[in-house]
Amino acid sequence: MGEAVLILGATSAIARATAAAFAARGAALYLASRDLDELQRIASDLRIRYGVEVHYAAFDAEATETHAAFFQSVLANMPDLSGVVLAFGYLGDQQAARDFKVGAKVIASNFTGAASILSLCADHFEPLQRGFIIGISSVAGDRGRQSNYVYGAAKGALSLYLQGLRNRLYASGVRVITIKPGFVDTAMTYGLPGLFLVASPQDIGERIVRTLGKQADVVYLPWFWRYIMLIIKHVPEPIFKRMKL
Amino acid sequence: MPVLTTSISGWGRYPVQTCELERPERYADLRLDAACLIARGQGRSYGDAALNENGRVLLTGRVNRLLDFDMEQGILRAEAGATLAEILAAIVPQGWFLPVTPGTKFVSLGGCVAADVHGKNHHHDGSFGAHVLALEMILADGSRVTCSPAENGELFWATVGGMGLTGIIGEVTLKLIPIKNSSMMVRHHSAGSLEQLFGLMQDAAIDDRYTVAWIDSMASGSRLGRGVVMCGHHASMQEAPLDSRAKPARARNIPRDFPAWALNPLSIGAFNALYYQREGGKREPFLSDYLPYFYPLDAIANWNRMYGKQGFVQYQCVIPDATAFDGIKALLQELSGSRRPSFLAVLKRLGAQGKGLLSFPMAGYTLALDLPIRDDGLFTLLNKLDEIVLQHGGRVYLAKDARLSAETFRAMYPRYEQWLAIKNKFDPQNRFSSSLSRRLGIGGTHG
Repeated sequence: MGEAVLILGATSAIARATAAAFAARGAALYLASRDLDELQRIASDLRIRYGVEVHYAAFDAEATETHAAFFQSVLANMPDLSGVVLAFGYLGDQQAARDFKVGAKVIASNFTGAASILSLCADHFEPLQRGFIIGISSVAGDRGRQSNYVYGAAKGALSLYLQGLRNRLYASGVRVITIKPGFVDTAMTYGLPGLFLVASPQDIGERIVRTLGKQADVVYLPWFWRYIMLIIKHVPEPIFKRMKL
Repeated sequence: MPVLTTSISGWGRYPVQTCELERPERYADLRLDAACLIARGQGRSYGDAALNENGRVLLTGRVNRLLDFDMEQGILRAEAGATLAEILAAIVPQGWFLPVTPGTKFVSLGGCVAADVHGKNHHHDGSFGAHVLALEMILADGSRVTCSPAENGELFWATVGGMGLTGIIGEVTLKLIPIKNSSMMVRHHSAGSLEQLFGLMQDAAIDDRYTVAWIDSMASGSRLGRGVVMCGHHASMQEAPLDSRAKPARARNIPRDFPAWALNPLSIGAFNALYYQREGGKREPFLSDYLPYFYPLDAIANWNRMYGKQGFVQYQCVIPDATAFDGIKALLQELSGSRRPSFLAVLKRLGAQGKGLLSFPMAGYTLALDLPIRDDGLFTLLNKLDEIVLQHGGRVYLAKDARLSAETFRAMYPRYEQWLAIKNKFDPQNRFSSSLSRRLGIGGTHG
């Protein structure tokens, strides 16, 4: 039986590249996001370029009450699901997100929605004693900074959730991998000032798929972000709180 | 949508201008949301066609999905940001090929339509637009319209060759040609003079589906216009059994700018003499993979850096059949007399003019020259070449141009008024505009 992968939030540049890297090694795909028109375009593209089977359906991370039915229909189409990539995320306007009415949406999308669908995936894979869950978090979740702490808090919570899930599912042989991308050349970062060492989505997508062949649990992409964040995490708080970050 | 204000140029790296770039990732985000805008695919036009100084440039490279591939009929529908390289990777293994291809595969589908590009087979198969079955356009009023030769034909033929000035090209449906394998059967013929070269190119016994001539631009006197005529066709199964297929060349890169003195009359003269001996000496037919055959320079990433950081101008013109020999001879004499080295000089035959109102090709011969910018003297020389082209009833290719004048453009493109009437109908405020269109006064008084 070939590989079959569910991509949640499949229209982002990183998700598209990850889907392409899976398709390039022959995996069947199930793409999910809110934007059906885009999903249809991406699905056609993957079928033509890689000759793989591609399904797609609408999925709204914030509409948690719909997740159970959604996941059932994924399994109806792909009973031998090998794994899940959680790629959705919402940055929004981080100035505006200081207002909780706006910030709540950031938390609902990046964390609450993720926790909801991941709980269903975990319950599915655990008794089968196989499968993988790849969660795309962010280096922004490693330390709170004034410029994006609402997004950072939601991604930080996602990182913790994935860590706990990894601990729970270890005994059943289900891989849980946390991906922490640094700056990637996507719509989220396009035109932002102060970016450096920006990676291409293609490179990140290929590396995400390659982590399955390695032992790593938490993967910074590209690798040097592990060291950048190591330094940032170790700046003492009395100094850190004075910094403009 | 976020905007990145930065300096960009075309492939010739002249001129360099500050533009506001936006880069949509969703099809629905292909729209006109600025005072004036031009779409830009891979930025492989040479001059200022995909620049918009202090205006908006819409990067289409991420809206590049292949949408529908009918492998029985050989019909492909794709988003206009897709490159020919991406398309070839999908269609060649299925036994299909592009009906027309320019000399690089790193161009977008939308760019091929907007410049109505041609290949080495124009004298047999016409230009790119002749093989486009339909377009989906995003117009100035925000509407999405399908156009084809049969439906909204006037918009279609104003867009084919229309340099992106009628709207954003969203999707392209293209008719492909069948191939038996990915090899080309190639044959070279050397010519010691321009007379011989024209003789070979007119000889139906030598001509093939794809015909192109390389000219030694440094040769003068009795050897003026000496060169090598290269003919080829897609190999049949008999010509290229599976195990004999040629391997593609390995990729190279020009990591930084060459110094200005690297390409000089001496070094180019020496290269040309070697090239003439080597390529002209290949008298027997041989097999070549399609990649090095159609795209020799694609194997060298950033080859435009060879011309130094001041950039270069590619001058490409066409002279109609009746005056072609005299016109090309006069151009080569002017060039060789100027002692300005042209690293590349290529001559191709063009067939009948297509229906694209601003399209470049017309029945005749087209000469392309790469000229590094050393000083303003180059522009004086190019103005002289313009005069020769005009005297012989020819025109200059806008996709390569960076310096033509508005008056010369009008004289060279007699169907402009017809085009303008359609432009005014679909974009009355002239909001689709570029640095090229303003330089040439295309689109009227607005913008």
